Amino acid sequence: MSTPQQTMPSGIDPGTLAQVEREAQKRIRQRNALVIGLRIAVLVFVLGGWELSARLHWIDPFFFSMPSAIFDQIVEWFVDGTSQGPLLTQVWVTLEETILGFLIGSAGGIFCGIVLGRNKLLSDVFSIYIKIANSIPRVVLGSVFVIALGLGMASKVALAVVMVFFVVFANAFQGVREADRYMIANAQILGASRRQVTTSVVIPSALSWILASLHVSFGFALVGAVVGEFLGSKQGIGLLISTAQGAFNASGVFAAMIVLAVVALAADYLLTAVEQRLLKWRPTAN
Amino acid sequence: MNQSNQPAIELRHVSCRFISPDGKATVALRDFSMSVAKGEFVAIVGPTGCGKSTTLSMITGLLKPTTGEVRVMGQPVDGIDPRIGFVFQADAVFPWRSVLDNVAAGPLYRGRSKSAAYDEAQSWLRRVGLDKFGKHYPHQLSGGMRKRVALAQTFINKPEILLMDEPFSALDMQTRTLMQDELLQLWSANAGSVVFVTHDLEEAIALADRVFVLTARPATLKKVYEIDLPRPRITSEIRYHPRFIEISRDIWHDLREEVQIG
Repeated sequence: MSTPQQTMPSGIDPGTLAQVEREAQKRIRQRNALVIGLRIAVLVFVLGGWELSARLHWIDPFFFSMPSAIFDQIVEWFVDGTSQGPLLTQVWVTLEETILGFLIGSAGGIFCGIVLGRNKLLSDVFSIYIKIANSIPRVVLGSVFVIALGLGMASKVALAVVMVFFVVFANAFQGVREADRYMIANAQILGASRRQVTTSVVIPSALSWILASLHVSFGFALVGAVVGEFLGSKQGIGLLISTAQGAFNASGVFAAMIVLAVVALAADYLLTAVEQRLLKWRPTAN
Repeated sequence: MNQSNQPAIELRHVSCRFISPDGKATVALRDFSMSVAKGEFVAIVGPTGCGKSTTLSMITGLLKPTTGEVRVMGQPVDGIDPRIGFVFQADAVFPWRSVLDNVAAGPLYRGRSKSAAYDEAQSWLRRVGLDKFGKHYPHQLSGGMRKRVALAQTFINKPEILLMDEPFSALDMQTRTLMQDELLQLWSANAGSVVFVTHDLEEAIALADRVFVLTARPATLKKVYEIDLPRPRITSEIRYHPRFIEISRDIWHDLREEVQIG
């Protein structure tokens, strides 16, 4: 029989454990460094390969541009402004349309999703129409909006709203439907009115669904705004792209694409921060 | 009418059928009668899926009986009675609310002021031994602790009738025994009537004054057993009482036939 007083076998005594921990942490750091290094290598390889093949005329830089030309284009837009005015104004116009469309579309989607999700009859009646509306390629509506609402901001906002609404609506609706039936019964027995059940059980439990949809739908709002500008506008990044396209300026198209990507990434970062704040009750996904 | 002799809960020749979404009817409960006195602890056991939970849903008013009558405190059931508390089998605490907010939910729903509700919630947390966990979220607690939150959440409304639907079935054996003792303590302080649905025969005998045994589906009453074990009981010790073993053998004899049919 072994007794607790016995000396610990080598391998699990404190000194060895500390050393094992140090070695393990060192390995973790080395691995992280390796991942970052490889990422940079991939980037250099792709951009360098592109640049090199364009310069050696393996691909035609007139059609496919090259990283240095794209960079020059962005710098030029920044310093001298675009043909439609300063670059930041263009970014701001597109961003404004996107944000307005995103806010209106998601508010409408959340509201309709919750109302229909809580009312069986309404949802049975309208679900078929929503399915139909959802199956129409909504980008086409952009043309209608340009005709009806003109070349100004309204037509782009309308297109962004339509793009966002259905995604958010579908998720809010599903989220409401998935609200745990025991939790609802529990709230009712604890004394909650129908309204209190909606605000304190149904909406919080739908929130993770809704927030997940907001991530995707910001991208959709951006697509809506840009396509709207594409179809006819006086300002914005979409117009910048269509002007560059008209002038066979491939660098311009790529440069505008990069500007859009930066905007989208920044928005995604913000939304993630909001989401983490609102869903701090959830266990961390590990 | 004599208030003190009036039963807290009365089910008179109750039957209940369900219509499924595709229009098929099933009978869950057939001609079931039961009466629970004030302050009495009643357990219902029966084979799985026989309709035990259906009886509870009818007492709360979440479900209406097809025939027969359900009375609570002498009145026919009409909607959810505020004097009723319910502890569910599943985790029904709200995961997005902290433990303290969960316990305060009942008084807040019922229109109490925030400060009064939170004061009371704090004192209930102390009674279930969770006063250090008020700011935690449910997912940070163990299953037993979440059940304590559920108990505090229910008891804070001071229910005169407490309905429990296999509340401890998801817990491990040791935690379950602790929770049973905790429940007996809370009940003796609260002095309400309890209807406790379980498939665990020993749990029913250890806790209840009377055990109702149901038949396989469509369920009806098979037999009622008086549990004449002394109170206060400690559930971990009462299991070895000779009378406990005798009763559980008798009931199991009845129940086995039904489980085999089911």
